[in-house]
Amino acid sequence: MEIPTIVGAGLIVIGAGLGIGRIGGQAMDAIARQPEASGKIQTAMLIAAALIEGIGFAALFAA
Amino acid sequence: MHRFLSHYYLSDMRRDFIEKILVLMLIFAPMMTWAQHELTETEAGSEQQKEGIQGFIEHHLQDSHYFTLTEDEESGSHIGIPLPVILWDNGVKVFSASEFHHGETVAEVDGEYYALYHNKIYKTDAEGTMNFDEDHHPTNVKPLDFSITKNVVTMLLVSILMFILFRGLAKSYSSGPMPRGMGRFFEPLVVFVRDEIAIPNIGEKHYKKYMSFLLTIFFFIWFLNLLGMTPLGVNVTGNIAVTFGLALLTFLITTFTANKNYWGHIFWMPGVPKLMRIVLAPIEVLGMFIKPFSLMIRLYANMTAGHVVLMSIIGLMFLFKNWIGSTLSFGLAFALSILELLVAALQAYIFTMLSALYFGMAKEEHDDH
Repeated sequence: MEIPTIVGAGLIVIGAGLGIGRIGGQAMDAIARQPEASGKIQTAMLIAAALIEGIGFAALFAA
Repeated sequence: MHRFLSHYYLSDMRRDFIEKILVLMLIFAPMMTWAQHELTETEAGSEQQKEGIQGFIEHHLQDSHYFTLTEDEESGSHIGIPLPVILWDNGVKVFSASEFHHGETVAEVDGEYYALYHNKIYKTDAEGTMNFDEDHHPTNVKPLDFSITKNVVTMLLVSILMFILFRGLAKSYSSGPMPRGMGRFFEPLVVFVRDEIAIPNIGEKHYKKYMSFLLTIFFFIWFLNLLGMTPLGVNVTGNIAVTFGLALLTFLITTFTANKNYWGHIFWMPGVPKLMRIVLAPIEVLGMFIKPFSLMIRLYANMTAGHVVLMSIIGLMFLFKNWIGSTLSFGLAFALSILELLVAALQAYIFTMLSALYFGMAKEEHDDH
């Protein structure tokens, strides 16, 4: 039986969402602990989120 | 006493509120039933409309030989500018896209016939016959297309705009330390790219060499993303060829300005066992290409996804055909537009940031880790 590609797309979105959500949450924790480092944390957070997003999109196009 | 008063006031307000809602519902109830009635009557029409909206979105995402401002399929009227077509087919052929009459007729140039099919130009005979293989792909000859399409026009316009803006900004420093006019707005952004993107990622020593590229790419992507949000209906950064070009520039600059540490990290990773170095080398070589590839995919996918979602929700307004659904989709489209404005800036920032990060890797000095 063939699994529709839309299921794959859903799985990808779940995975990428979990990943980006975790990055965002952990960045919030880090900023709460050290508000003075918020600039650096935000930058690192955006880079990591962008990398996951890139992989997510690449997989979405494959699906 | 005070407490009682406030309680009374609250309940009074609540009653007032409920009254208002009831009046509103009474006003809208006939409209809603009327709308529902309409919907069942024209179910086939709504199916047709759905396909029309899909076609419209697909058309919007593609590059085009016309700069269409508005068109109406029923009356067949088009308001827009036909752009020049430049073909290489045993010699350069230049003619106006208006010869296609929006894909309805065949253009004849120097005894050769060309037809427009799904925004691509194919060589045909005088009747414009298209031959298809079993997958419905045209098998006609495709001449090399160097046309000045909608995307090219937009990029040229943005380049000219950027040249005027930033030349003005640079010139205004000659009369004093404070920029004048639009420069007041752009100076903080230029400083932001220098202090937050270039220096932390590339380092004090080498950042100056890369500043011109980083600034150009930041404002180029940002302006193009913002133009995509205007009713002009351009989708330049949502075109994979454009993002490929931008990512290729980052790749070339990274590769040709890299020092020996960069190549050392790729082919002979320091600080790991010998066997591991051999395993790591092909992975690192692959990484060299994956980095710009992910830049290309990220910008393209983000902008395309944004345009598709926004246009689908705007399309929903016409599908719902009742007061509540259409109002809700309008609100959603409005909120999404504001989100897209943020994404436009964010994607420009991320592209510039990651480019700077790769340049920083190419220029890393210390080899002691």
